[in-house]
Amino acid sequence: MAVIPFLIIFPFIAAVLMYIIRNNKARGVVAYISAAAIIIAVGVLVVQWLRAGAQPVELYLETESEDHVILAGELVLMVLCTYLSFKYKKAWISILSIVPTLMLAYFELWGPEMEPIHHVYLDHLSILMCMIVGLIGGLIVIYAVGYMHGYHHHHTEYVDRRNYFFMLLFIFLGAMFGFVVSDSLLWIDFFWETTSVCSFLLIGYTRTSEAITNSFRALWMNLLGGVFLAIGIIYFGYHAGTVSFQALIAQGTAGEAFALIPVAFIAFAALTKAAQLPFATWLLGAMVAPTPSSALLHSATMVKAGIYVLFRLSPAMSGRMSGNMVAFVGGFTFLMCSIMAVAQSDAKKVLAMSTIANLGLMVACAGVGTPETIWAGVFLMVFHAVSKSMLFQDVGATENALHSRDIEAMHGLIYRLPKLAAFMFIGIAGMFLAPFGMLISKWAALKASVDEGNIMLAFFIIFGSAITSLYWTKWMGKLIMQTNKPKVHDITKPNEVFSLTVHAVLMIALCVLFPLLSGWYVDPLLKEMFGKVQQTLPQALLVTLIVVIVLVFLVPLVAFLFESNVKTNVKPSYMNGVNTGDNVTFVDSFGEPKHLSLSNYYFAHKIGQRKLMKPSQLAATVVIIVMICMVIGGAL
Amino acid sequence: MGKVKKSPWLLHYDASSCNGCDIEVLACLTPVYDVERFGVVSTDDPMQADILLITGGVNSQSEAVVRQLYEQMPRPKVVVAVGVCACTGGVFKDCYNIKGGVDTVIPVDVYVPGCAARPQSIIDGVIKAVEIFQKRSDEHDAYEREHRHDGQVPAETSGKGNQ
Amino acid sequence: MRVSLLWILCYLVLAPFLGGLLDGCDRKISARMQGRIGPPVLQPFYDVQKLFNKQTIAVRRVQAAFLLVYMIMMIFTGCMFYGGTDILMCFFVLSTAATFLYFAAVVTNSPYSTIGASRELIQMMTYEPAVLFACVGFYLANGTFTVGSIVQSDVSSILYLPGFFFAFVFILTIKMRKSPFDTSASHHAHQELVKGLTTEFGAKNLAFFTITEWYENIFLLGVVGLFIVNRHPVSWIIAVIVVLAVYFLEILIDNTSARVKQDTMLKLTWTVTLLSAGINTLVLMLIR
Repeated sequence: MAVIPFLIIFPFIAAVLMYIIRNNKARGVVAYISAAAIIIAVGVLVVQWLRAGAQPVELYLETESEDHVILAGELVLMVLCTYLSFKYKKAWISILSIVPTLMLAYFELWGPEMEPIHHVYLDHLSILMCMIVGLIGGLIVIYAVGYMHGYHHHHTEYVDRRNYFFMLLFIFLGAMFGFVVSDSLLWIDFFWETTSVCSFLLIGYTRTSEAITNSFRALWMNLLGGVFLAIGIIYFGYHAGTVSFQALIAQGTAGEAFALIPVAFIAFAALTKAAQLPFATWLLGAMVAPTPSSALLHSATMVKAGIYVLFRLSPAMSGRMSGNMVAFVGGFTFLMCSIMAVAQSDAKKVLAMSTIANLGLMVACAGVGTPETIWAGVFLMVFHAVSKSMLFQDVGATENALHSRDIEAMHGLIYRLPKLAAFMFIGIAGMFLAPFGMLISKWAALKASVDEGNIMLAFFIIFGSAITSLYWTKWMGKLIMQTNKPKVHDITKPNEVFSLTVHAVLMIALCVLFPLLSGWYVDPLLKEMFGKVQQTLPQALLVTLIVVIVLVFLVPLVAFLFESNVKTNVKPSYMNGVNTGDNVTFVDSFGEPKHLSLSNYYFAHKIGQRKLMKPSQLAATVVIIVMICMVIGGAL
Repeated sequence: MGKVKKSPWLLHYDASSCNGCDIEVLACLTPVYDVERFGVVSTDDPMQADILLITGGVNSQSEAVVRQLYEQMPRPKVVVAVGVCACTGGVFKDCYNIKGGVDTVIPVDVYVPGCAARPQSIIDGVIKAVEIFQKRSDEHDAYEREHRHDGQVPAETSGKGNQ
Repeated sequence: MRVSLLWILCYLVLAPFLGGLLDGCDRKISARMQGRIGPPVLQPFYDVQKLFNKQTIAVRRVQAAFLLVYMIMMIFTGCMFYGGTDILMCFFVLSTAATFLYFAAVVTNSPYSTIGASRELIQMMTYEPAVLFACVGFYLANGTFTVGSIVQSDVSSILYLPGFFFAFVFILTIKMRKSPFDTSASHHAHQELVKGLTTEFGAKNLAFFTITEWYENIFLLGVVGLFIVNRHPVSWIIAVIVVLAVYFLEILIDNTSARVKQDTMLKLTWTVTLLSAGINTLVLMLIR
């Protein structure tokens, strides 16, 4: 399968090209071609793998020289982090990079002899991740070409470093492919650090003081995870004599005492990557970056790396202390971030909060670690990737046109920017309404957590999902309210619209094909993971689901067609008889017309981030420390 | 064709009343008079009301409001002027700001005199209004039936282009 | 299959009549509690008939379409329930239906209906946990979410689920828009929000809304009954009595309490949900 090295190396080559080409038009064309090549390569990979029988595949036994390249890469990353930390007077952060890198280098060069292992492992889960990264990543790159044009048009105060931006996007894609196909923990660590550094550099893109502060916050949190990852790897390597991820999972599942600590440490690293409490703040800060990086790294793919690792580890965590820790942190994050999302009126912040919350739900699913929860988690991941990527892109495009990303400014957006508002509507509907997959997944997660007797998690899901619908519904309502503000000039580029359209089609297709996907793809995935498979969706529910899908798409259509033919007498809305006739102004007590402004509830002073973030971080930290100590104590 | 008279919903508006008549209107809803036994509901909302009950004479402030409330009510609709001020302007008739009775602004169907109008007479007025309401509804239906096929619709009920 | 089709048919045909009748009784009993004679029991039907006879009006034409979707989804929820499918899914579809009601109210840009609709959202958030907890309770008691299997159980679910039942009856007050939790749309006159989220629904739209409420009430009372019903036929009679008693209780609460602010509602309801359903869950987990 020569396509695998292509997927990892080609983005790096494209990244170099991106940096070299200074002409925006030419770079755009190359970016399109590279994105298309990546999408096609992923397609080839999937087809090849399916034709080979869709079985787990192990590859690349002898990789002496590649190992050295990767070690060199790690050292380069370390030097880069150290240089930047010193340059911006945050020297202590460099320790978090130097220590694990040197530890790993020592371990690799002078440590004990390791068993030879296959370095690449392909199964349903990694192929699924490849599809998400390739397809969504490719589309976001296409979107970014148009978006960055509008961005620098709108934000003239920032230096135009688009070549650098696209370089980072492509490096990230390559690292992400490498990450999901690797089985060697050393390779995983390298790609992991690469994505962390890409994220750090992208957050700091604008070089404002806020961006720099936020980027270093993201860096130290992710590097802290990296430290734990490295310790976990080395501990496992010394005890087991191998650095194969699959071996770790197998021994962890078997309950070997020496595997417990690495599992817990790597799970902890995954929590930092997935921006769970107490590390949620780095992802919120990451929203200062241009939207394509928010969509790609901080919602659709990179944060899913943490989820991917947790899914892999879930059989080893299920029913153990580390599983309880992960399930609690995930559930708690889901609840608290959902509450804090209510208080946000900045669209991107709402998306960020909801991303963290949904990641929390996936993390919790992984922590419980039964086939049902992983089923729910995989679907959450897929649906979330598509709809969040779409929403981020849409909010970005809206901000370019509207010069604001406040939800209150989106009052009546459907009349002012009809195309973007329609995409936004679909995207939001996908996040919480029946019959879109998020809801079904929540159903499965709730059922599984009750089955497992994890009442705490059931409680988090119940309250969390009640709150989730509040902030989405009020946003959707805002879009359709009447307004007399003029139409906004829509500066969205055709490539942005293309990406959005593909996302919307993909989302509706996923919704319709969802029952089929469950049987074709996710059930085999679970079989690989747990060795057994059971029908998660009862047949009766499947039938209901199909009826609901038909109903939800058909009924509004029929209703709108039907109602457009009914003769209706249109009246002004009720404003105590002082409506001036256009429904947005009224006559005040001085006889003057006055504009009516309506706002949603936010309760920012009661449940805002300022009020809740610190206590929830504290609570999560205490739980994590206590539970990690218990894991270590139990294993030693 | 439906029996609409069993469900007359009121919209009560105080155009410039001294509150004397308003208190009596509210008294109709109390256990003593219990106007709800005729199906009367005080809705507060013109979109849902059938009978507009106005107290007090119309002044230059309330004129536009009265017009708009009347316009917002769906047809068939009936107007009841409660109290002598609403009927004619009463003792305020010659004030500089008073237009006069409600009928100077919108067509009034039932006049309930009195200062203040007694609850009994208000109920009487409402019952009269209910009969008119039923008659209008029947006429409305008949009109609809007649004009269903020739494509003609009454000006006010035509749907499109009215927004 | 045939039995559930029969149930669905019964629900489709009978629910509006039953719902309207209950509504009429509600108004009559309320009037008697206040020392009045009150309207005839069939008054709600007269009202709806009149509403259909009025001129079709709207602030935005799209309102009617949203309301129609709300109505169909709501009826579908009831059909799912009485057809014996998954109860958790029923409530998920129900919340989707409620979203369309919200749209119908806010699309007008009217101040009163928008504030009413915002409060409706808060109410939805308030009652949703108790509803989901009730579903979880049924699952814990019977090992299934399927309504068809729950009614076939050996003993009534309420024996295991008194706390869940209490929480559900508590939120029923919100769901039925009864005082003290009628902040989004009140049946009573002279309040600060006019008619809340129904302010801009006139004539036919209001008729749709009213009929949907009847369907919804019958669905909710069905859930109350589900707590009681088991495989013995006698339980069905007891269930009907309990349902009527609960309905009477709601009327009593409506007439004896003043409305509260929405944050009081939220705190009170969530506390009750957490305490009664939470403790009940813990006990259930321990004895199983």
